[in-house]
Amino acid sequence: MRIDESIRVAAPPETVWHYLEDPEHYLHFMSGVTHWEVVGEKPNGLGARYRILVRVGAAEVGGLVEMVEWNEPFDIAWHSVTGVDHRGRWRIRERGEGQSRIEYRFAYGVVGGGVPGLVTQIAAAPVVRRQMRRTLRQLKRQVEHEQRRLEAELRRATRQAARA
Amino acid sequence: MYFAEPQGIGSRAVRFLRERASARLRGRLEDRDPDYIREALPLLWLLSTFYFRAEVRDLGNVPADRPALLVGNHSGGNIIVDTFVFSLAFSTFFGVERPFHQLAHNLAMAWPIAGEMLRKSGTMSASHEHAEEALAAGAPVLVYPGGDWETHRPSWESDRIDFAERKGFVRLALDAGVPIVPVVSIGGQETALFLTRGAGLAKALRLDRLLRLKVLPISIALPWGLNVGDFAGHLPLPSKITIEVLPAIDLEREFGPDPDVDEVYEHVTSQMQEALDGLAAERRFPVIG
Repeated sequence: MRIDESIRVAAPPETVWHYLEDPEHYLHFMSGVTHWEVVGEKPNGLGARYRILVRVGAAEVGGLVEMVEWNEPFDIAWHSVTGVDHRGRWRIRERGEGQSRIEYRFAYGVVGGGVPGLVTQIAAAPVVRRQMRRTLRQLKRQVEHEQRRLEAELRRATRQAARA
Repeated sequence: MYFAEPQGIGSRAVRFLRERASARLRGRLEDRDPDYIREALPLLWLLSTFYFRAEVRDLGNVPADRPALLVGNHSGGNIIVDTFVFSLAFSTFFGVERPFHQLAHNLAMAWPIAGEMLRKSGTMSASHEHAEEALAAGAPVLVYPGGDWETHRPSWESDRIDFAERKGFVRLALDAGVPIVPVVSIGGQETALFLTRGAGLAKALRLDRLLRLKVLPISIALPWGLNVGDFAGHLPLPSKITIEVLPAIDLEREFGPDPDVDEVYEHVTSQMQEALDGLAAERRFPVIG
């Protein structure tokens, strides 16, 4: 089962990217995430690994994930290494001046789960979709706040330069 | 052993067959099948989420990198819903790759299909040897000291920890040098209306000697109506299941180099009772939660 959700944000792809590449931010915007820990030496980039847990229904679901695509500032993709099988992707594309579209893709499923597995995938979809939408709304708020902060900094620097 | 001692002609053949069957039924460490567990998770998630509206709290209290003895209160008659919920939560939290074993009554292990499912899920028959073996292999082990006595208590005693003074788990943790992690659950005793353990009836029928059963419970349960023994299980009512994992108790640090078994038992059961009182206070209605 693959679920796609997207949102438009008032910030260029570079701002979105800088927010998404920092693993410390994930606990602040990922809905349902209860644990996000860097595993190993590499904090981000291709091959970086994280132990994550997300509350979905009755269970905290997760495991070890590895970044398998790191294409700045467009794509970040990951696969599960252990734990519940899934893969995910952030797809960031420019949509006009200072605007971006963030697409969040999430695919999950258990090979060999049979009919109950299929039923569960379908039943879980609305729960997962709701969490993805909340995640994108929170990400939009955080990124746009970051963008406003950058713009304010720029205005402050311009004012100081004019005074000097 | 849960079979009666054979008498008379053919006893050697019966004993031979019994020992072979018994060895297979008891379960072994290597019977646990992570792929089987992974494939069972979707169904468990479905039932736990939508039917039992289950909630498992503070699984992070289970030590992530060393074995521990998980001690739970037992509920739900022979359909131990909270065990399935906890197994799901453990497997999704730590991953099916982390070994995890539970101990169950011999009778549960002997069921034709369910017994095989239990063995693949990492369940072994309840014995000190099995628990020691699993702990020595580095796996957390879940035990229910209250066993059949506690799981068949009347529904109105749902909020009571009753291990019937079975203190073997304390000695087990001390011998293995592992912490005790209490696991407290509520809701299982509302999956049917449990009326009585039927302890007197079990004794009169000598079930304690023949099948290691100290109870012959009587309940009102689906689809049977009046359910005596609960041997075939029952269809559980959709009772809300809530499970709380308490902080690990390091016995040496808490009780010194030579902990007293009675003192540890009192400490563990009182901590569990306190947590269960809290969970019971959260519930507004039976079954609904």
